[in-house]
This record gives sequence, C-alpha cells and structure tokens, in this order.
Amino acid sequence: MDKTWNNKAWFLVLPMLVLVAFSAVIPLMTVVNYSVQDTFGNNVFFWAGTEWFEELLHSDRFWEAMVRNLIFSFIILAIEVPLGIFIALNMPKKGWGVPVCLVLMALPLLIPWNVVGTIWQVFGRNDIGLLGYYVNALGFNYNYVQDPFDAWVTVIVMDVWHWTSLVVLLCYAGLVSIPDAFYQAAKIDGASRWAVFRYIQLPKMQRVLLIAVLLRFMDSFMIYTEPFVVTGGGPGNSTTFLSIDLVKTALGQFDLGPAAAMSLVYFLIILLLSWVFYTVMTNYDAER
Amino acid sequence: MARIEVNHIRHSYLPNPQKDSDFALKEVHHTFEDGGAYALLGPSGCGKTTLLNIISGLLHPSHGRLLFNGRDVTNLSTQERNIAQVFQFPVIYDTMTVYDNLAFPLRNRRVPEADVDRKVRETLDMIDLASMANRKARRLTADQKQKISLGRGLVRSDVNAILFDEPLTVIDPHMKWVLRSQLKQLHRRFGYTMVYVTHDQTEALTFADRVVVMYDGEIVQIGTPAELFERPRHTFVGYFIGSPGMNVLPVALEGRTAKLGAQRIELPGVPKAEAGAVELGIRPEYVRLGREGMAVQVSKVEDVGRHKVVRANLEGREIAAVIGEDDEVPAEPKVRFDPAGINIYADSWRVEMGA
Repeated sequence: MDKTWNNKAWFLVLPMLVLVAFSAVIPLMTVVNYSVQDTFGNNVFFWAGTEWFEELLHSDRFWEAMVRNLIFSFIILAIEVPLGIFIALNMPKKGWGVPVCLVLMALPLLIPWNVVGTIWQVFGRNDIGLLGYYVNALGFNYNYVQDPFDAWVTVIVMDVWHWTSLVVLLCYAGLVSIPDAFYQAAKIDGASRWAVFRYIQLPKMQRVLLIAVLLRFMDSFMIYTEPFVVTGGGPGNSTTFLSIDLVKTALGQFDLGPAAAMSLVYFLIILLLSWVFYTVMTNYDAER
Repeated sequence: MARIEVNHIRHSYLPNPQKDSDFALKEVHHTFEDGGAYALLGPSGCGKTTLLNIISGLLHPSHGRLLFNGRDVTNLSTQERNIAQVFQFPVIYDTMTVYDNLAFPLRNRRVPEADVDRKVRETLDMIDLASMANRKARRLTADQKQKISLGRGLVRSDVNAILFDEPLTVIDPHMKWVLRSQLKQLHRRFGYTMVYVTHDQTEALTFADRVVVMYDGEIVQIGTPAELFERPRHTFVGYFIGSPGMNVLPVALEGRTAKLGAQRIELPGVPKAEAGAVELGIRPEYVRLGREGMAVQVSKVEDVGRHKVVRANLEGREIAAVIGEDDEVPAEPKVRFDPAGINIYADSWRVEMGA
C-alpha cells in the first residue's frame, strides 16, 4: 500500500504549540534561567551555576517545610478518603434527597479558596468567631494564633470541610454506576453488609478513588491560599508549607535565584510523586 | 427443591394502587411443581420479572402469599428462602478468582472450608470451568461469566429453585445454544425446579416443559410448547408464539360455518360462542395455498430459508401462509384453511367447539 507523506498536518497543531509555549514552556524556562543566576535587580545577572540548588538541598528550612507538607497531605488523605467513602455510601440513591445532597456537597467546592480561608479565619477566632468562642467557653484552651497544635487542627479541619466533598462526589459517581443486579445477587448469595462493600462497592469505586487520591494529594501538596489566609504560616513556622515558604523566599526576601531553584525542585517532586502514583495505579489495574 | 405456590399474588409499584391498571401484576395464581422446568414468556413490561423477583424475595408482593412446599415464605428474606437467581447481565465479583466466586455463597453461610472445596470443585465440573478455577473472574468472556453466575446458584445443594431472568441476552447466538442445552442437561440430571424468564419464544419453547405465557400482568396460558402452538387460549398467545404469528380474522358465525366477508368457511364443529366479537384464528402453517378455495391477492413472498412465507390479501385482510421452500405460488392463488388448525375466539379468548 502506498502511503502519502504530508507534513501539512503540523500547521494544525501549531496554534496549540504556541499556546503551550506561552502558558508553560516560556515561563518555566524563565524560572530555569533565574535558578542558575544571581541578581540584585536592574537586570544585572551573575552566573551562579548549581549554587542555589546545593544550598537548597542543605537547607533545614526547606526540609522542614517538606516534612510538614507531607504530614499534612498524609493526615488529610487519611481523613478525607474514608470519610468521603462513608458519606457517599450513606447518600440517597434516588428521590428528592439526591439533588439536595449533591448541592450541599458541591457548595464548599464552589467557594473561592481565599474566601474559605477568611471564613475559617473568622470562625476560629476566640473573640468573635463562632467556633473559637464556644470552644473556649466549653473550657478548652483553643487559640490558633498562638498554639501550633491548634493552628494545625484548624488548617486540617478547614481542608476536610473544603475538600471531602470532592471525594464524596467521585465515590458517589462510582457507586451509582453499579447495576442493581449486583446488590440483588449479593442478597441471594447471602453476603453481609461488609462483604457487599468489600467485594462489590469498593472494586467498582476503585478507579474513581485512585483519581480522588491523586487529586487530593497534588492539591494538598501545593496548598497555599487557605493556610496563608488563616495562619500566614504561623505561629512561628509551624504551618509554613512548601508553597508558603516559596512565596516568602521569592516575594518576602526577594531571593529570586534560591526561590527559582526551589520552585524547580518542588515541581520535580510533584511530578515524580504523581508519576509514582499513576504507575502504581495503572499497574495495579492491569494486574487484575 | 421445592414446589412453589404463587397464591393470588398481586403487585403494584405504586404506594396506593386503586385501579386494575395500577398493578404490574394483576393476579397470578399458579403452582410451579417440584422439579419442573418452566418458562415465563411475554413481551417487555408484562410483569414476568416482577413475578420472578417476588418468588426470589427481592420484591414483597402487595397482596397474596407465596408458599414453598406448603410453607408460607412471603415474609422471609431472599437469603432465608434459599433461592438462586441468574440475572440478565452476568454478575461476578471482579476481584475474586473463579473458585472464590463460587465459594462466596458458601463462605457467607459459614460452611466448613473442606465442604466448600468439595462443593466448588463439583460445581466447576458441572459448569465446565474446572480448568479456569484460579483465573480472575473478570477476565472471562460473557458466557463464562454467566456460567459463574449460574454456578453460584448450583453450588448450594439445598437451593429451593433456580430462577433465570433473561440470562442469555448478552450471549453470542452460537453460545446460546450451548448454554441452553447445558441447562437442560443439568435440569435432567439434578431435577432442579427452574423458572426461566424470557421474551424469546424459541428460548422458552426449547428450554421448558411448560411455558407460562404472560400478557399485561396476567397469565394467559400455561401449556406445553405443542399446546401453545396448536390451541392458543388467547389471540395474544396466537400471534406472540410462532413466526409469523397466527392469522386472526373477524368472522360472523352461522352454525358450523364462519362467514368472512363473502366467503364461507367450514368449521370442524359448532363453536360455543355466546356473544361478543368473534374471531377465527389459524396459523400460517395450516393455510393451504393452491388452485382451489378462497381467492387471494399475493402481496409479498419472503424466503426465510427452510420455507417461504406468503403475505396475501383475503377479503381486505392481511394473512400469512407458509409454503415449502420449493413450492411455487400459482398464477391464480387461492387458499383453504385446514380444519385441524382452526380456533374460534370470542372477545379474544378461545371457545370450545361442539360436535
């Protein structure tokens, strides 16, 4: 068979290439450019080589932020995934309750992130905040501005409030796609509630759950707005996650070189972790 | 195994059914004998799946009682009734192996593992899947999956009945024959009570000893395949079974003759029809096309392989006749009705004929 070779098709992808170049490639290259140079403004640059990267990898501040961030991601995943599954399992499958639940669940997702931060910032204050005032009135000494533990609790509860819905909605989508015949067959086979969950619902939810875990991991690993609004990374550095640290370095201290190096390392970590997640997920799927 | 008595059961999906038309199942009163192979045949929406789900306990009937071997089970759960059911789409537990799928109903009932192993291996042999015991169930083909669904029923030795809800819908045509004959074989060997829901007449007639024809929430006829073919009790059974269905022509009665327009048709007896709309039913197989009888205009001849179906016009009515593959349609075609195949219906129900 004769094949016609024709390179005109490249013109069709050109608009996309231009778009990607301006939205991703060029900004990324600018960051690469900064990361290997030193500057004090006025467009004067000095070659720094790998100096910023070496400094970063030996910086306690960076590793502490990283560990904090990993702990944070782990905690919110450990809460949001089981809680999301639990809520999805208990949501009605038909009737008037379905739209009501779906709207309720979607609400937190529709609120802008800085507004979520502001809501909780006010909610948790112990002078005028509904939560903060009453928790203190009940005799607990709760103050997220001064106590690192309280700050963590606030940030985690806020994230759970904000994002559990996403896990719920994804799981719910997986659950409603299970045909009735599966539940009927399980009844006939005498399966317990746990067996139904373990052998029917969980396997059918598996794909969406993997997506939910991936999305929640990436989002929480890059979290910035909400903790920044609530705690500003404090008290001290106790809630300074990677992105907050990055912004402090870049815009607070105006250390553009180290900040650029940090963004690149940060980017590579997320890329690597996402790739690991993805590979593990797809391999697990293929094995079955 | 059990004798299943469906005692005046009515069912409605509405909370407060008033009219007859609110009922998906109007009134069903019938006994499925122990060890019988029954087919529930009817068009979509006639209530056959509803009846099946009532028997298995997935639905609770609005009225009436259900008895297994004389014991009232109306209020028992599906699990307590000990029923096996095979659904339209194969239900398998994706994450388990074929072996574990079959062991699942037994392990749920806390059967000792040694018995589980023995029963599962027996069942695997019965459904011909012994070589695949350790394969993941979700890798199998649709017909193998359907066999697993069946196997999960067979593995429990004490099941009261095996119910099938259009189990061959998603199976390839050539596998349908294989599976159906395997089912028949299992039935002969082990004498299960089997109830098989289908809208496919071939499936019903080849599978069952007795076919229960349902229409609009009611049982219209119960009979052997031959009875349904020769003596349909209701005109619906006439055209639902057979391909093409029975010819039903409105006639006027006059003793032993039926008048169809200008034509007079001799009947084998005097119908005991009192009043109502009278119709004459005759299967295309009993319509003789030839040079004598009533004149018809042939509109179409369909060659379906083993025979030909002639569509013709008789006194303004469309009728079908079956002729042999090598028969020719004569130049001036006429038809005769074989008296053996004539049935008379009053208000759609068959009436007996006296001497």
